[in-house]
Parts: sequence; C-alpha cells; structure tokens
Amino acid sequence: MSLSKTRLERVWPLLPGLAALLVTTLLLLAMGTSPVDAYSAMWQGAFGTSARVYSVLAFLVPLLLAASGLLLTFKAGLWNIGIEGQIIMGAVAASWVALRVQLPSGLQIPLELLAAMAGGALWAALAGVLKTRGGVHEIFGGLALNNLAILFTNYLIAGPWQPPEGGSFRGTQPFGAHALLPLFENSRLSLLSLALAIVAFAGVALVLTNSHWGLRLKALGQNARSAFLLGVSSNREMLLAMAVCGALAGLGGGVRVLSWFDSLRQSISGGIGYLALMVVLLAGFRLVLTPLVAFFFSAVLNGSITLQLRTQLHSALGDILTGVLVLLVLLFGNYERVRRAFRRRRSQADG
Amino acid sequence: MQVQLNTIHKQFGSLVANDEISVQFEPGRIYGLLGENGAGKSTLMKILSGYQQPDRGEIVLNGAAQHFASPRQALAAGVGMLYQEPLDVPVFTVLENFLLGRAHDGERPQQSAKALTQLAGRYGFQVDPHEHTRELSMGERQQLELLRLLAGGAEVLILDEPTTGISAEQKDLLFASMRTLAREEGKTLILVSHKLDEVQELCDYAYVLRKGRLVGGVQLPCPNQELVDLMFDELAPRPARRQPASGDVLLHLQHITVRTPRLELEPVSLQLQAGQVLGLAGLEGSGQELLLRACAGLLPLSGGSLRLGGQPQPDWDYPRARQHGVAYLAAGRLEEGLIAGLTLTEHMALVSNAHGLLVDWPQNRQLAAQHIATYQVVGQPESYIENLSGGNQQRFLFAMLPQNLKLILMEHPTRGLDIRSTDWIWEQLDQRRAQGTAIIFLSADLDEIAARSDQIAVFSGGRLLRSVPAAETTADELGHLIGGAL
Repeated sequence: MSLSKTRLERVWPLLPGLAALLVTTLLLLAMGTSPVDAYSAMWQGAFGTSARVYSVLAFLVPLLLAASGLLLTFKAGLWNIGIEGQIIMGAVAASWVALRVQLPSGLQIPLELLAAMAGGALWAALAGVLKTRGGVHEIFGGLALNNLAILFTNYLIAGPWQPPEGGSFRGTQPFGAHALLPLFENSRLSLLSLALAIVAFAGVALVLTNSHWGLRLKALGQNARSAFLLGVSSNREMLLAMAVCGALAGLGGGVRVLSWFDSLRQSISGGIGYLALMVVLLAGFRLVLTPLVAFFFSAVLNGSITLQLRTQLHSALGDILTGVLVLLVLLFGNYERVRRAFRRRRSQADG
Repeated sequence: MQVQLNTIHKQFGSLVANDEISVQFEPGRIYGLLGENGAGKSTLMKILSGYQQPDRGEIVLNGAAQHFASPRQALAAGVGMLYQEPLDVPVFTVLENFLLGRAHDGERPQQSAKALTQLAGRYGFQVDPHEHTRELSMGERQQLELLRLLAGGAEVLILDEPTTGISAEQKDLLFASMRTLAREEGKTLILVSHKLDEVQELCDYAYVLRKGRLVGGVQLPCPNQELVDLMFDELAPRPARRQPASGDVLLHLQHITVRTPRLELEPVSLQLQAGQVLGLAGLEGSGQELLLRACAGLLPLSGGSLRLGGQPQPDWDYPRARQHGVAYLAAGRLEEGLIAGLTLTEHMALVSNAHGLLVDWPQNRQLAAQHIATYQVVGQPESYIENLSGGNQQRFLFAMLPQNLKLILMEHPTRGLDIRSTDWIWEQLDQRRAQGTAIIFLSADLDEIAARSDQIAVFSGGRLLRSVPAAETTADELGHLIGGAL
C-alpha cells in the first residue's frame, strides 16, 4: 500500500502534462482535425529544419533571461508582474543608444546591452520603490508600469523616433548594421545573446544556492518579519532583487530589438514577460526545470506557427496547450495539496 | 439551554490547553470563566462555539451530544460566541452585517431593518441599520454582533473579554442587556474574563481555570482573595535572592510614551542597571508589550527619551538597537524570529554576518552542529526549523543570539515549554546576566516573574501601576494588582 503510494507520488508531476495533452487532443478532435497531423506539424515547426531550431533558440533567449530574473524575485516573495514593462524599457533604452550613438560595433553593442539592462533595472526599481516607499503592491504597480511602457513605446514610434519617410510602418527605422547583434547563419539567433542568457541563468543559480544574498532573499520570501528581526534589511534586498531581475529582463528586451527585430516595434515584447511568469510557475520555482520549461514553451510556440500554415488551425493552439498545462499544474501539480483537499472533501461528506 | 462540557481535552503540540475539563452551565444564569492568560479559557470557549474541535471529550446541549465542525453549526444548535474582535465586515452596513450568514430569503430590506431596530430596542441599543460598520465604535460593533447572534437563534451566549476597549457607559449597557438575557429570557450566559471586579459584579457563579485545568467553581459574590488563590499558583518558596547587580545604569527611560491604535502607553520612566532583570507583569494588552517593543526600536516613541549607556538615542530603531547589542525575542517563534522553510544550517549562515559573497556551507553546518550540541537542541543541521518542538526552537533562538549582548528583551520566554527547558533557558540567561547583560521580559506566569526578576513593573490599561523590587512584593500583591483589585 505504502509502496504504491510513493510510486503514485513519483509519477504525479507527469500527470498534469499528460492531462493537458489530452485536453488539447480532445479539442483538436472536436474541431475535426487529426491530432497526429497537428502534433507532427508542431514538431516539424519547431525542429523540422535547422533554421527552425535556431528560431526556437532565438525566442528562448529573452524568455530565459526574464525567467532567470523572476527566480530571484519569486525567491524574495515578490510577484514581479511588471517584468513585461521591464523588457519593453530595456528594448527602448537599447534602441535609444542604437539610434542616437555612432560607435564601432565593438563599443556600440556592449553600450546598447548595458543601456538595456539599466532601462529594465530602473523600471523595476520604480515598482520596488512604489512598494517599499508608497505601499503599492508590486502586482498593481507592475501592471500600471507595463501599460506606461507600452504607451511610451507607441509615443516614441509615432513621435520623436518616427522614421523619416513617415508613419505607415509601425516601428522606428531599422538600426544600422554596426548597431545590430551578429546573427548566426541567416537566422534571428545571436550566439552572443544565447551565451549571455546561459551565463545569466548560471549566475542566478549560483546566487540562489550558494550566496549570502540568495539566502537573505529566501529568508525574506519565507518570512519577511522574522528575516527583519534577524537583521535582514528587507527594503534594500527587495529593491536589489527587483533591480537585478529588471536588468536581466531589460537585457532580454535589448536582444529583441537588436537581433529578433532590427528596430523598436509597437509590441516589442509581445507578452514574453507574462510567458516567463508562466515558465517559472510551471517549473515550480525549481532551478533545473526552469530552462527546460522555457525551451519547451519556445518550441511549442514556434511550432504552432507552422501548424497554422500547415493545417487550418490558428496558431493559438500553442497558447492553449501551454495555458492549459500551467493551469493544470497549478491546480493539481502538488501531490500533497491534492491529497489534503481530497481528504477534506471526504471528511466533509462523512460528517 | 443547559450546556455540559465533558472531559474536554485539547492539545497544541506539547502544550495542553485544556486538560480533561468538565463544566456545566444552567439556563437563566450568568457564569464567569476566570483564569490568567494562557489558562485555557479561550480554547475551551472556542471548542464550545465550534471554532475549534476538541481532541477528546463531548459537548452536550439539553442532554443531547453535539459535534460542531464550524461556528455556523454551533449557532444553528444555539451556541453563539462574541469574540474579542467582533467578526463583522467593516465596509458593510449595519443591516448587511446583521443579515450576514443567516437565511433571510424573501425578507424585504425594510422588514429586516425593522426587525433589527426592534430587537435592538429590547436591550436599549441604538442602531442605525444603514450606517457603515466601520464608523461604529468597538462597543457598538459588539452590540451589533450580539444582536446578530440572537437573531441567529443563540440560546447560549459566550462573551470573550467583552469589556476591553469599550467605554464605561457601553459596559453598563452591555451588562444590563446580559442581565435581561439571563433573568428575563432564560438564556445561558458565559463571561470569559480575567477581571475579578466584573465577574463579581455580574456573574452568579465562576469557574476558574489554571494551566489548562479546572481548579474550582465558586458561588458569587465571594471574597476576591478566594478567586485570587484559585487563579494563581501558590508561589514556590523563592530561592535566596541574589544581590541585584550594582552595575552602571544601562538603560534610562524618561517619560516615554508609545501610541498604537489599540492602546496608548502613558509616560513611563525607569532605569535598568547592567546585569539587572526587570519583569513586566500585567494582563495581556496592558502596555508592557508596547514598552518592550519600544525598547527594541520596533515601535517609535511618541514622547520622552531613551538613553543607552548614558548616550541619548534620538533616532532609535531596530537595526540601531541590534548594532548597540540589544536583542529581542518575540513570543511567536515561527512568526517573529525563526523562518519556516529554512534549515538550522541556513539560519546559522543567515545570522553569521559573513561579508563574503558565497556561503561557506561546510563551515556553517559545523557551526550549526556545535550549537546543537552546546544548546542541547534535538535536531540535525539539515532539519527544517518548523519540524523542531517549541522548546527546541526556543533553544535554537538562544543559540543564535550574539555573544556580549548589553540587553535582552523577551516576550514570554518560556511559554509552552516544559520545566526542563524553562530551567535550562533561565540558566543560560543567568550566565549572560553574570557577564553584565541586562534583561527585560514579560510573562503571563507570575511565578516566573517573581522568581526570576530583580525588579517588577506591573502594568494595567496602558499605565505603569507600580514598580517594586522583587524582594519587597508578595504573590498576593501581584495577583491583586493584576486582577485590578487594588
């Protein structure tokens, strides 16, 4: 009995994934599409050619950067919903340097990336100050700042940074070649950005497992009151966690304008910040799982673009699959919680 | 309605809150339930009102055994409890709160409002059904809650410390309504209190609890002394009092005041010498917590001045207090002190104050193991702190205290601990005291205050009533002071 229980416990984390696949399959069947065709189209779309694999990796870079940052803020008990705005402001800051500064590539690009990090960090610190000084919960402050960042981008595109030829094109003029990240084999992938993302993730992993700062963040996240009484300066650490997360997200935004696109566009992030939140939630805040889940998301979303071309299905299928998956994991992923809820229901039925 | 509680037993971890308590309440009478803080009064009443379930024992109403899974079930069976903090929704109107949690389908608002004002009129309460509850005073909110319980069919009414925070007129009104409810309407009333005067004034009979046990029942009125003797343990013969340390003045408070929404601490002046122990006595919420937290820099002074080692400290706050060698241990160990989800090793690393970037885990594990051995903690370096027993958590908290402290501030340092842990902790404190560390602590346990302090300060209603050398006071005197009888 106890043996079968532990076996159930061991396979439990897989169940929501299978359930999500089942729900999506039923959805496909209901729409009269062959699930096999749909999933193979998705697979082809993600991994069918080397160009597609590069595309998956290119999309992964900002997602992984943002998710790495969120690991820090979640550890400190912060819900940094404002990550979307931080990505956008990183893109804006990088674009500013790209448009206004003329330097050789070797200086220009590092300057752009630093500006991107500073832009994201400042935007995040703003949400942090709103929380520590103004008592505004970071979720509400973050959402407001997200909208402000979008409005600010639109203003720049329609106003000061409008291309000289005028306004039908919803973006700035393309940056000069010296200002863009070198791309790998005609893809949208910059190997430099991929390396930076991997280093950032490794750095976050090191901070969280082995540093005094990571331990302080963990203490704050578990019990801010006790942490304060044990000498942790809660406001400072919270601000710092926000700023570092914002810097990583901003770097992701910079990568978007400097490699995925070649200019500042209207929806420059397009929800990567929210996607990163889902990635971290789905990974259950676990370090090892985070890059894997981010890769999975990137593959599904890239694959569903081909899906749309191949079948008559909308590419939103990828969003549906990931969305249902996150929902199911949050609801049923924790074996202990499910078991407790089940027991409670049964005892209520008895009594 | 007749209420019988038979051998009610309730345990929280190692703390026995109710130890096989059997009591009986008859209709038409007002009962007092007396006892010092932590005696188990509230737990017993929470069990009767369905808020908590007993580990063992049964509730019998008019001869029928009951099982309550929730306060709603208890009220349906006729038992209602008025909590210290009324359970109303501040943004609702009086009428909405009145109707909350009751079936009132098909009743028109005007009808409900009329029913409310009529019911209120019966007890001399004045209510405006359309006023917002947040505009009401504590006393008015209580009246509303009482009416809600009555309309919900309560035949047994439990009032938990109802006179804290209400005016004298409201108290008179409340007591008058309680008399009406018992004498004219035949309800069963239970007043939970540690204020002897109130119980004497209102109640017909009092049950007295001490340390989770029923220690007696008394027909009222009776001499206060009889109740005091029941409520408080006979104080053990005090060990020969050590000569109070005659060190330099360490802490000097001049007319300090502290203001919180609930309570204001009236000006307090006192001096504490290095190596001296000051015990703060009083009912919970009498102001001693405010004094302690103000000394720790956790509450700002609203007036007066604080000097530490002769130095004025105009911008006293908690981080500064820590820098100056002041430590503070709160009553709730896992709420304010330790961090659930962190291991003992992680706690050590957190307070180790190392400035390096990376944590030296092997070293901290070794340090944790050392402290576990020295402080006789039952646990491993890898144990999560929440899995330790209360006594071991308290030992580990002491283990984390820095050496060479000037002042230790403690709330209920040994609450819920067994005798062995209690003695052990005071031994540790005595060692530090011998090195010149001063101690201020508050406790609900008069034994502890009398036995461990050099000086005792008694608080009541936000005022420092009296400060006496421990050697010059008696158990009776402390008991009387605390009961508000002097």
